[in-house]
Amino acid sequence: MEEYKIQLTVNDEKISVVAKAEESLLKFLRRNGFTEVKCGCEKGDCGTCTVIMNGKTIKSCITLAIQANGKEILTAKGLEKTKIGQKLQESFVRHGAVQCGFCTAGMLMAAKGYLDTNPEPDKEEIRKAISGNLCRCTGYKKIVEAIYDVAAENYGLEGDINV
Amino acid sequence: MSEFKVVGKAIPRHDAWAKVRGELKYADDFTLPRMLYAKVCRSKYPAAKLISVDINKAKSLKGVKAVLTARDVPRNETVTKFGQSTDVKGGFEGLYRVLAEEGKKIRFVGEPIALVAAETEEIAERACDLIEIKYELLPGVFDPEEAMKPNAYLVGEKDSNIVNEFGCLTGDVEKGFTESEVIIEDRFEIPFIDHAYLEPEAGISWLDDYGTINIRVCSQVIEHFRDVAEVLNLPHNKVRYIGTMIGGGFGGKEDITVESFIALLTLKTKRPVRLVYTREESLMAHCKKHAFIEKYKIGAKKNGKIVALEAYYIGNAGAYTYLTPWVGLYATVSATGPYKIPNVKIKTQMVLTNNIFASAFRGFGANQANIGYESIVDELARKLNMDPLEIRKINCMHTGDALSTTEQVIKTYIALPEAAEKAWEGLGEPAFSKDKNIKIGRGIAIGQMSYGRMTFLRDSSRCYVKLETDGSLIVRSGIPDLGGGQASLLSQIAANELGVTMEKVKVYNTDSMLTPLAGTTTATRQTYMSGNAALKAAKEVRNRILNKAAEVLNVNPDKLDIVSEKVVVKYDKSEYLPLIEAIQACNAAGIELYSEAQFNAPFTGIPDLSNIKGMTFPDFAFGAQAAEVAVDIETGQVKVLKIVSCYDVGKALNPACVEGQMEGGSIQGMGYALCEDYAIEKGIPQAPSLAEYLIPTAVDSPEVKTIMIESGGGLGPYGAKGIGEPSYNNIVPAILNAIYDATGVRIRQLPATAEKIIRDLKKDFFKK
Repeated sequence: MEEYKIQLTVNDEKISVVAKAEESLLKFLRRNGFTEVKCGCEKGDCGTCTVIMNGKTIKSCITLAIQANGKEILTAKGLEKTKIGQKLQESFVRHGAVQCGFCTAGMLMAAKGYLDTNPEPDKEEIRKAISGNLCRCTGYKKIVEAIYDVAAENYGLEGDINV
Repeated sequence: MSEFKVVGKAIPRHDAWAKVRGELKYADDFTLPRMLYAKVCRSKYPAAKLISVDINKAKSLKGVKAVLTARDVPRNETVTKFGQSTDVKGGFEGLYRVLAEEGKKIRFVGEPIALVAAETEEIAERACDLIEIKYELLPGVFDPEEAMKPNAYLVGEKDSNIVNEFGCLTGDVEKGFTESEVIIEDRFEIPFIDHAYLEPEAGISWLDDYGTINIRVCSQVIEHFRDVAEVLNLPHNKVRYIGTMIGGGFGGKEDITVESFIALLTLKTKRPVRLVYTREESLMAHCKKHAFIEKYKIGAKKNGKIVALEAYYIGNAGAYTYLTPWVGLYATVSATGPYKIPNVKIKTQMVLTNNIFASAFRGFGANQANIGYESIVDELARKLNMDPLEIRKINCMHTGDALSTTEQVIKTYIALPEAAEKAWEGLGEPAFSKDKNIKIGRGIAIGQMSYGRMTFLRDSSRCYVKLETDGSLIVRSGIPDLGGGQASLLSQIAANELGVTMEKVKVYNTDSMLTPLAGTTTATRQTYMSGNAALKAAKEVRNRILNKAAEVLNVNPDKLDIVSEKVVVKYDKSEYLPLIEAIQACNAAGIELYSEAQFNAPFTGIPDLSNIKGMTFPDFAFGAQAAEVAVDIETGQVKVLKIVSCYDVGKALNPACVEGQMEGGSIQGMGYALCEDYAIEKGIPQAPSLAEYLIPTAVDSPEVKTIMIESGGGLGPYGAKGIGEPSYNNIVPAILNAIYDATGVRIRQLPATAEKIIRDLKKDFFKK
């Protein structure tokens, strides 16, 4: 398999590593220690591998690693460096929106990506925004409430602020 | 008892922050130097004779370190256990094979035939493709009713496909039907479904310096160390399980998954071996929830009083026995639901077929029974032109009553009809639709589900609590945590008894050799069993502190409590001894500030399986669920608008966790009702990934309203009852009954897809 050296930024950390031509961004990230990006299906059905690439929410299992060349990636471990990210983490904990936790990292990324572009959603819009992220434990109620609380606090704000 | 300081509060779990920060390591997140990657070579056919397995080409591929077949497995034919330390024979042996054997039958698509360990995942995969397998194809049998016929194809080597049979007889059912003024008969078909936890099975094994096999795995049952040791023919104490946080289980990680495979490969290669299933492999490799065929006959007086009930269940066990017998017993005991019925006859037969094996799944047979009895009772209400809530009020059990199947008297509070009334009322104002094609309907269902295991399994749990010299607390327990907050609950109980905050407690959990065995995280047993063990251990340490502090303060220990790290005199909190000083005083006097306690459930003998009577479970949780649906009669599409879940939880030790179970259980059950179907055509699975096996998304799910009744009457710590499985009961028939209410369509074959509804609504059109 052909290999390419790619450069990217993950959570503010610049890395320069060899990626295989067919390697998914998910496998690449996990192989390089970013195990917070979870693998639930490897074909875009479950959303556990959701990350933000250059401001856009993507499923890393259906993105090639080489597509991330020169890009900025945000994963759950980088969330606490952003204001909305911190608030989402705190809100998920407070609401009891985390059960087994396997969907959590991806769910937080979907929420963060959505709130960055749509700061004033209602609960139905939040449900649509996270409908590509499956959760089998919670029934979604506490997740939606946790995201809605952060949105409600941030009305009027546009985009996220790094802290 | 101490006051509730930590217990009863919706405090965040001890591991919540690690999860939102992405720091928590799951089974798939561990690697070891020089580890090998494993792959499993599986059968392509559902029924065949395995003629030969040629591994020579695979073995000679560069990078391949081991290829194993059944011949390399010391004890290949084995019995699945689920953690019990007492052997229950009497047809309960959950036979299966680790790998298919040459000269014997292949029983299902996906049956493991050979194992490979290689330097990379890709090489291991290629080696699997190089294994040459010769099959002699056999016809197989896929339908359980066909499988029961006298000359049916035999799935295994025995002379019958019937695994075992159960029965319950109460009163005289024939006489009951003679006395009945209304009789309804119906038949329901319930498909196989999948757990669809988000985390596929994963594990890693290695040999330590002393030749012990260590296995780090996401399992609901770390007591499987014994079963893996038996497969390897090693003493039990030479296999150690280190359980990780489980990314969802719901019963699917109750049987052994990857562990025997990696242990065998590690023993052979002396190197660490890791095996992680893809989603597709996970779906074809782990058990399914038993498919059921149910024939119900119910007789009642015109006033709605039920006089007789007969149920006949056929449970489709799939290819191997696994936990099938236990599921059959649960279904049989649950068959009359929480109804007082004087004349009852239940018969259950569990049957092998050439489908994937069925085993544990949240609800464990009680769900399938619940779907049957709550559908037929609803039909009865319709026939009598009676309100669905009213018929339930007329017939339900009340506190002090016995189950109509086993006649086990329930000694705790029975929250009926209270829960039914609250759930129904909880639906609020009816929805209204302007669109004439959208029909609104409501349904309700009630039920009971055990918490804790069958009493003849003689269940116990142990827990260790230690007060450190700096006032921090250590809890050690073998408890597996699959997302319900099982481990966190123990720290909450210990913190409550010893007057410290949750942050002061550290739980060390899920190590089969270093933490006291707490039993399985299954059967809704951990709050009840391990909660009581933690309470017992914490109380012992607490009493030693109180006794010592009483000496220092010169008061009676009964007058003392521990609050906010102070041993205080009740009613006069100005007089106190700092906890740290009490600890120092104990340590100086050589008083042990640790305790390992064991809690035992009630023990009984094995019942007569042809007529099960008396206690089979410690207790039950009672509750009700109600649903409101909107059905589009042009397309058959169902939208669930509201769900109300009401249960007697005894005492909500952590209300956020209890609500989480009730909300999650309702939505998982909504999937069972509307879309989940692990369809298998002539043994070939039709839903190989999550693109075909659909589970509810956030958009499909309504906001579940939860109502907790806290009777304080449960057998768990502080009067708690278990809620994990009960919360998944009732919701399926509540939705089916709501669909009937909206459209007049009675769903007799799950799931209630748009196609089935529209075919029934437009019967005349489809007849043409």
